Amino acid sequence: MPGRFTLTTAILLALAAATGARADTVRIGVNEPLTGAFAASGTYVVNGAKIAADEINARGGLLGKTLELVIEDNKSNPTEAAAVAEKLITSDKTPVMMGAWGSSLTLAVMPKLMDYEVPMLVETSSSGKITTSGNPYVFRISPPSALEAETFAPMVSKLGMKKVDFLVLNNDFGRGAATDFGKMLKEKGVQVGLTETMDQGAQDMSAQLAKLKGSDSDTIMITSAVDQLVLLFKQMAALGLKKRVITTGGSQNPDQIIAQAGSAAEGTMHLTTFLPWLPEKTPDPKATETFIAEWKKRGFQFAGVTESFRGYDGIRAIAHAIEKAGKAEPAAIAKAFWSVDFTGLNGPIRFAKSGPAGKESGQSKPDVYLIEIKDGRVVLPTL
Amino acid sequence: MDQLIQHLVNTLILGGTYALLGIGLTLIFGIMNVVNFTHGALYTVGAYLTYLAVAALGLDLFLALPVAILGGLLLGALIEIVLLRPLRGQDIDTTMLVMIGAGIVLQSGTLWIFGGVAKAVPSPFPEAPLQIGPASVSWLRLFVLGAALLLIGLTYALINRTKLGLAMRATFQDADTAALMGVNVRVIYTATFAMGSALAAAAGALLGPVYVVHPQMGGPAELKAFAIVILGGLGNVTGAAIGGFILALAEELGAGYISSGYRDAMGFLIIIAVLLYRPTGLFAKAERVG
Repeated sequence: MPGRFTLTTAILLALAAATGARADTVRIGVNEPLTGAFAASGTYVVNGAKIAADEINARGGLLGKTLELVIEDNKSNPTEAAAVAEKLITSDKTPVMMGAWGSSLTLAVMPKLMDYEVPMLVETSSSGKITTSGNPYVFRISPPSALEAETFAPMVSKLGMKKVDFLVLNNDFGRGAATDFGKMLKEKGVQVGLTETMDQGAQDMSAQLAKLKGSDSDTIMITSAVDQLVLLFKQMAALGLKKRVITTGGSQNPDQIIAQAGSAAEGTMHLTTFLPWLPEKTPDPKATETFIAEWKKRGFQFAGVTESFRGYDGIRAIAHAIEKAGKAEPAAIAKAFWSVDFTGLNGPIRFAKSGPAGKESGQSKPDVYLIEIKDGRVVLPTL
Repeated sequence: MDQLIQHLVNTLILGGTYALLGIGLTLIFGIMNVVNFTHGALYTVGAYLTYLAVAALGLDLFLALPVAILGGLLLGALIEIVLLRPLRGQDIDTTMLVMIGAGIVLQSGTLWIFGGVAKAVPSPFPEAPLQIGPASVSWLRLFVLGAALLLIGLTYALINRTKLGLAMRATFQDADTAALMGVNVRVIYTATFAMGSALAAAAGALLGPVYVVHPQMGGPAELKAFAIVILGGLGNVTGAAIGGFILALAEELGAGYISSGYRDAMGFLIIIAVLLYRPTGLFAKAERVG
């Protein structure tokens, strides 16, 4: 027995040494879904993050050290997302993280940020709760649904919307969107009818769609991710359901919708946060073109850029914070996030205070665009 | 009223799908008594085989279906020979754990090979739906219903009308006696598992073009298959088929008239009620195989 004990100890010591020996790098934890329901989107975000990291390292790294991404899979599962955060903080000693794609995943991670006082940049989630619950370690670059609704407000009367039904995911993301958009629409004098929900993994939504077909609304607002949207558009066509459709949430991936739903997607409208189809209309056309060129050079599908740009901007924002902090330590980085100010691929990235006084979260205000699928292409609708 | 008709048409279409999922599992879970956690993964594999056959080989959807079914048959036989045969006689927990592992391997394998981005299988049917009064239904889904009913009929006939079916029923009732009567028990075990797997692959192959194909598609399908089998009575092919339609009806009407948020709960509420009052399933007494 003593022999085995010595061997185990030796291995443990060696491991500890290996972990501790990376003082020459600045590490950023990346907590994304690489398997499970959101595997495709999480992988896009990670690939975007890698482009940013390589770009930064090519320019000489951060604080004179190499930037290293510690990428972990949260398996599209909130419990796993919290466990991954704990592992990144305690075992990998990452002073700052990016994650965790979905709202339910991010919300599950947030208590860990409070426990360990480590900041996280939220790149994709859109539930309002994330930046209003009083967690000062959260800095978000994606728009919460209230902000999305606010940007969409001026277009409501131009589209001639009279009565709207909602079909949303039965989770923080979907129900949050229905609440925020519903509030905005009522203020605009638009009637809100049904709010139907669907499970995240559901493949057959014909029951919900049959109900929506029977309602007297003119528009259906849908909040879900791309795979389910493809199914919805196909099933709407099969049911002969022809109403104006506007999707929200920023995870629609219009190129995949066009490729997979075909003519069933014609005329659908989508609120997105990035315009890769029209780089000249983005806030920083040159950066957009460079990013898209690098993305294509790496052999990734163009369809992925609507997700991956967030990973790219997220890592760039964290890098700005680390540079401003002057050291790779959680408290200094959390403080430095407040002075980050640069133009991302979808608008300025600078954090405004959000949530209860004294423990505000940071919320950036990206651009939101309404696009339409017409003749199998993405266009800006004429309003 | 129009909405009710649409809900009932949807029930018929969805029920056919559920019934197909249920009968494959009832063979394995009900007759063989193996808690099969690879059913959903085999459903996924069937869908990916169709995708490969249509997208990569350029086959017609009608030709891709037999390819997927054959693939399911072979993979099922392989799982039985490699994993289940050495475990025969072990307790149910051991087998269950091995099947959970096999399910994870298959699911991660499809993710590894095909990636997480969902694939679409093109449909040879017109996109404009068929109008039946106030209700509409897609041609593709009508075809799926027809194919599902055909497969259910064939399975029923095979179990109840052929010598192979007789040997299967005899084996799982009493393997020793069946062996004494000249039944090659090992072959029957493999054949039954392979057949159940082929039905799972067939369900995936039929539904791939209806939905989209992705590595996680098997999870919810598997859960529903277990529910249907329990609802219909273990090992009862007719019961599983009817159970599929009952689950579809409960989901449609539950989502349409009570709350769509509890759509998936409706089916399980019915199952709890059935198990409380008829613990062996709705149709177990009258027609239980064996």
